Amino acid sequence: MLTEHEIKEIEKEIALYPVKSAACIEALKIVQQHRGWVPDEQIKDIAELLDMSYEEVDGVATFYNMIFRKPVGRNVIYVCNSVTCYMMGYESIYQTLSKKLGIKWGETTPDGRFTLLPNPCLGDCDHAPAMMVNHDHYNRLTPEKLDEILEKYK
Amino acid sequence: MEKPLTQNIKSDGSYCTLDEYRRNGGYEAARKAVLEMEPQQITQTVKDANLLGRGGAGFNTGMKWSFVDISDPNVQRYVIANGDEMEPGTFKDRMLLEGDPHQLIEGMIIAAKALQATKGYIFVRWAYKKAHRVIQQALDEAYQAGMLGNNIFGSNFSFELHLHTSVGRYICGEETALINSLEGKRANPRAKPPFPQISGLFGKPTIVNNVETYCNIPHIIKHGPVWYKSLSRSSEGGTKLYGVSGRVKNPGLWELPLGVTIRELLFDYAGGMQDGYKFRGLLPGGASTDFLVEEHLDTPMDFASVAKAGSRLGTGTMIVMDDQTCPVAFVHNLIRFFANESCGWCTPCREGLPWVEKVLEKIERGEGTEKDIDILRFHTKYLGPGNTFCALAPGAMEPLQSALKYFIDDFYRHIHEKKCPWKHE
Ligand SMILES: Cc1cc2nc3c(=O)[nH]c(=O)nc-3n(C[C@H](O)[C@H](O)[C@H](O)COP(=O)(O)O)c2cc1C
Ligand code: SF4
Ligand code: FES
Repeated sequence: MLTEHEIKEIEKEIALYPVKSAACIEALKIVQQHRGWVPDEQIKDIAELLDMSYEEVDGVATFYNMIFRKPVGRNVIYVCNSVTCYMMGYESIYQTLSKKLGIKWGETTPDGRFTLLPNPCLGDCDHAPAMMVNHDHYNRLTPEKLDEILEKYK
Repeated sequence: MEKPLTQNIKSDGSYCTLDEYRRNGGYEAARKAVLEMEPQQITQTVKDANLLGRGGAGFNTGMKWSFVDISDPNVQRYVIANGDEMEPGTFKDRMLLEGDPHQLIEGMIIAAKALQATKGYIFVRWAYKKAHRVIQQALDEAYQAGMLGNNIFGSNFSFELHLHTSVGRYICGEETALINSLEGKRANPRAKPPFPQISGLFGKPTIVNNVETYCNIPHIIKHGPVWYKSLSRSSEGGTKLYGVSGRVKNPGLWELPLGVTIRELLFDYAGGMQDGYKFRGLLPGGASTDFLVEEHLDTPMDFASVAKAGSRLGTGTMIVMDDQTCPVAFVHNLIRFFANESCGWCTPCREGLPWVEKVLEKIERGEGTEKDIDILRFHTKYLGPGNTFCALAPGAMEPLQSALKYFIDDFYRHIHEKKCPWKHE
């Protein structure tokens, strides 16, 4: 079930568009903000609220890579793996993170602290290599800088 | 040298607030457009300035606007700013979004008046979190000051503008995919025609322009097309945000007259190659543009000249490849990106890009054959212009086809030496 709070926020979005289903992405965003990801049950709830089918909402949810259909860690690390960061050495950043955290791309640490994901160009190419942790950008990365950054996220 | 687009960008990273923007003459152009100018007059001024779209395709902005039928006041029309900016190697709109949000808002108000559009959206990619905050604050400021909402500047014209923050996928930058995404759908592009100018958001006439494109508009309205054209070194109007990334001494972003040469950008601004690295080639305007090499260094960075050299100005943010980067691996990285980001609508793109990726991976590992080169060449035609619904697949083929031209020896070395010459075990 959606919480009252979630429903209220979604209804605010519905009011901004000429058709209900246009609020679909916003609704998914709202659920993810509260729960960290979007479970099947909430796909069903959103579908009912927006007069859509389960398949339609799920089709939208699975299309966008920033809507998570599986649980993720408390903190998500997005390492840029696009071309400038490739030339400037993102692979050593990934290898170091992977070793430190004991996980590979797409995995979450057993304590649920970090999920590690590759991400296309973060718009930081002039300071490559770059990554984000949750909402924060980090750039001009070297393997030595990583400990201090990870420390900030519990 | 005049730098209208970046004159308000502060070095401390904070954004130019409404008060600061107005103190520098901001919103005078919007006021003039809303209170004193006819819609057709605005469009004609933009057309005369020869402002070419900064999103990559370089279409004349005023001309694009002139395709919108504005005769019926009861039709809902929309203006949209494209701030998806996910093309690898591109980091220009970010500066405008984070540093001078009111310049964008003012440009959109003027466009709205010209197109008689009463609603607009600023579409910003997921990763630009700071831009989300800054744009929202600036929108709130503009609403409070009566520059957005009902009867703006005390006129009878109303314009509502909202921020939409995206949830990923490069294809959202394609204008019809962006429109589907704003409608809450999967971001597949739409078949064209009809073009958005005729049937766009919710089936209504819609203009999608790049963020940098809109940011030029207030200056054109304020100072006129003659002044605007005088900023440029070519017949294409204005200044341009140019970027350089890769193994150069001073990577960065600069506003310069349209038509500076690649050599000036690479050496005078980016400081030349880092010590120990040699220049091999560059993509002049993001991941989906053809390689240019040494012989092209004196090419002016304007749309027509770069096209004549065999590539595209694209986003104007160049990616420099050095001699210690394997060209096969470089192209492989790009193709992996395009294969991941394909929306899957057309077969050549959905099936072809992963195939190309596999072949490149095989060659890079030292397991390729000469026949694989033929397979790659076949795909550069098969995924080329005209065979797909959008420009993602043809764009993906641009760096590949030009790599096969300029770096073919490196491809053959992998095949003959049965290993990547750049990888040391
Ligand atoms: C795959 C793909 C991605 C695109 N991404 C962007 C983008 O991020 N930003 C942008 O302004 N234009 C992008 N475009 C171009 C848009 O479709 C459109 O041409 C542009 O927004 C028009 O604005 P302009 O006329 O001001 O250049 C993309 C095109 C394609 C095919
Ligand atoms: S070319 Fe690729 S990205 Fe574009 S519509 Fe076809 S499948 Fe989708
Ligand atoms: S390529 Fe990594 S930030 Fe652009």
